[in-house]
Amino acid sequence: MDDTPRTPGISRLLGVLPGTGRSALAAFGLVAFVLLPGLHLFTSGKSPLHVSDYVITVGGKVMCYAIVAVAMDLAWGYGGILSLGHGLFFALGGYAFGMYLMRSIGRDGVYQSDLPDFMVFLDWKELPWYWRGSDHVLWALALVVLVPVAIAFAFGFFAFRSRIKGVYFSIITQALTYAAMLLFFRNETGFGGNNGFTDFKRILGFPITAPATRVALFMLTAATLAAALLIGRSLVTSKFGRVLAAIRDAESRAMFLGYDPLWYKLFVWTFSAVLTAVAGALFVPQVGIINPSEMSPASSIEIAIWVAVGGRGTLVGAVVGAVLVNLAKSWFTMAFPEFWLFFLGLLFIVVTLLLPEGVVGLWRRLLRGRAPA
Amino acid sequence: MSPVRAPPPLHPDFHPEASIDAAGPGKLDPSHRVILYLEDITVSFDGFRALDRLTLYIDVGELRCIIGPNGAGKTTMMDVITGKTRPDSGTAFFGQTVDLTRMSEPEIARAGIGRKFQKPTVFERHTVFENLELAMKADKRARKTLFATLGDEARDRIADTLRLVRLASEAGRAAGLLSHGQKQWLEIGMLLVQEPKLLLLDEPVAGMTDEETDRTAELIVSLAGEHSLVVVEHDMAFVAQLGGKVTVLHEGSVLAEGKLESVQNDPRVVEVYLGR
Ligand SMILES: Nc1ncnc2c1ncn2[C@@H]1O[C@H](COP(=O)(O)OP(=O)(O)O)[C@@H](O)[C@H]1O
Ligand SMILES: [Mg+2]
Repeated sequence: MDDTPRTPGISRLLGVLPGTGRSALAAFGLVAFVLLPGLHLFTSGKSPLHVSDYVITVGGKVMCYAIVAVAMDLAWGYGGILSLGHGLFFALGGYAFGMYLMRSIGRDGVYQSDLPDFMVFLDWKELPWYWRGSDHVLWALALVVLVPVAIAFAFGFFAFRSRIKGVYFSIITQALTYAAMLLFFRNETGFGGNNGFTDFKRILGFPITAPATRVALFMLTAATLAAALLIGRSLVTSKFGRVLAAIRDAESRAMFLGYDPLWYKLFVWTFSAVLTAVAGALFVPQVGIINPSEMSPASSIEIAIWVAVGGRGTLVGAVVGAVLVNLAKSWFTMAFPEFWLFFLGLLFIVVTLLLPEGVVGLWRRLLRGRAPA
Repeated sequence: MSPVRAPPPLHPDFHPEASIDAAGPGKLDPSHRVILYLEDITVSFDGFRALDRLTLYIDVGELRCIIGPNGAGKTTMMDVITGKTRPDSGTAFFGQTVDLTRMSEPEIARAGIGRKFQKPTVFERHTVFENLELAMKADKRARKTLFATLGDEARDRIADTLRLVRLASEAGRAAGLLSHGQKQWLEIGMLLVQEPKLLLLDEPVAGMTDEETDRTAELIVSLAGEHSLVVVEHDMAFVAQLGGKVTVLHEGSVLAEGKLESVQNDPRVVEVYLGR
């Protein structure tokens, strides 16, 4: 936290960043909007400078995870609310947008029906009511936001009003995502059972795997990540953010000053859920699949580990953690697939014991150590 | 929000029904000399009575000291007044119209009751300045703080308070780095910028040096009149410095009340508390 008292204002989005943050953002913009897209689209596959489909797809995917990590850090790092159920919101966003992608397949599916293949397979004759309107992209986008808002708000309202906190809250969120996973596993739920949604053909009429489509989705994700960081930064440097952190550190002190923790927690919790859902919606067209495994308890725990590794309560640490852990995961799942979960657990223990402020905390300590006295 | 009901009017000045029209429910109406009515308050923890039919009145502008041995129920009394603990029975009114037993902690704080904890409690990771900023009287609803900015008047107020509590040179430091006595002062400063009408101070000079204690006494005395204060304290010398009326609490109810000298000479008080 900065030492000088500030007057915050959400209007000065860029003004909330320190100089180094602005440079980092500019560098990120250059890479994400110029360099990688350019080298993907305008170099031949044989050129050593060519950026492959794989890089663009993995880059987009990891940025989706980074958005989720930022959302998690807002709730956990600043609000003290450790969710072990964010996978649910990620999946809800993914499924809501996936419905639109499924409808966009049209009659190009295996059964050449107007209905998605899995419904034909179940011998359904018409769309269930909750699929109505899903062929309109705007409705799908509305669902991406509204469904998580409704669920997060309702759940949060009762949990925070009952003053459920700490590990109790975390366990309930974990149970919530687990229950949702079981529900989505059922074919009768109408979301494709354990296969989920896949085999998408197009988005907004464009072929979904075409290089230009990939690049557009990649850039959209990069823009969303940058926006998430900027909005998050302005939120935590506003008076709201200071009250939120005050509630995190000394809740009853804050209450006796006249702050009602309910609304502060509920706002950051719901915002975090929506941001996570938006990341899920961006994830599905790029990765090409959404299934109930996103709601598995382990997926949600992994999100918390990204943030712990990067450093809680720093926002940028969340991004760093999501990138580092996912790079490690890509390597591990190729080299020693069966050891990944052990490694993840070990990583969590090491970080908790040795690096309570994560990689970013370590970095800052090193910088301070080297700074001339 | 504070629904109003009529408790048995034990105190001759307590007429809630008569005042609701004038002030409106939930609005402080101290028009009858008394700002705080505690009547027949009982609080039990697993059958143990921490407060036992406690009855106590604080006048507008009064400075009251509450003394009593450890476990007498002093902190529990403050918990009841501030909404942290619900009494099993009894009534607690702030002025004529504000029923404290039906309000949440933040509602009570907004109604004008400020509290300093026994153990100094500040926001350790926030700067001293930010601690005062957060404490300052303002609209404290979440949606208002999203876009709130700190005006010049508020900054001046914070600067004045920083000088008053001698923390001007520490404004940019994290509050967790302050000494124990400085934290006590910061919390008093937070209480002041909150602008409460009634201040509850739970052992405000614990851990302070003699010099700090003297200055705290001066500050508290200067606040009386404008504010009503309830000070819980063990230190007799400090209580004597404050002057004012003294209430002795023992096993959850009032044992004696009056001037310090008369209380100190009360044989029952000597027996349970001062005589040891
Ligand atoms: N939350 C609680 N649960 C059980 N017992 C409590 C609780 N709070 C206070 N007590 C008991 O009530 C009595 C009064 O405590 P307290 O109000 O803290 O006394 P004082 O502040 O006068 O020292 C003590 O015996 C204490 O152990
Ligand atoms: Mg006490």
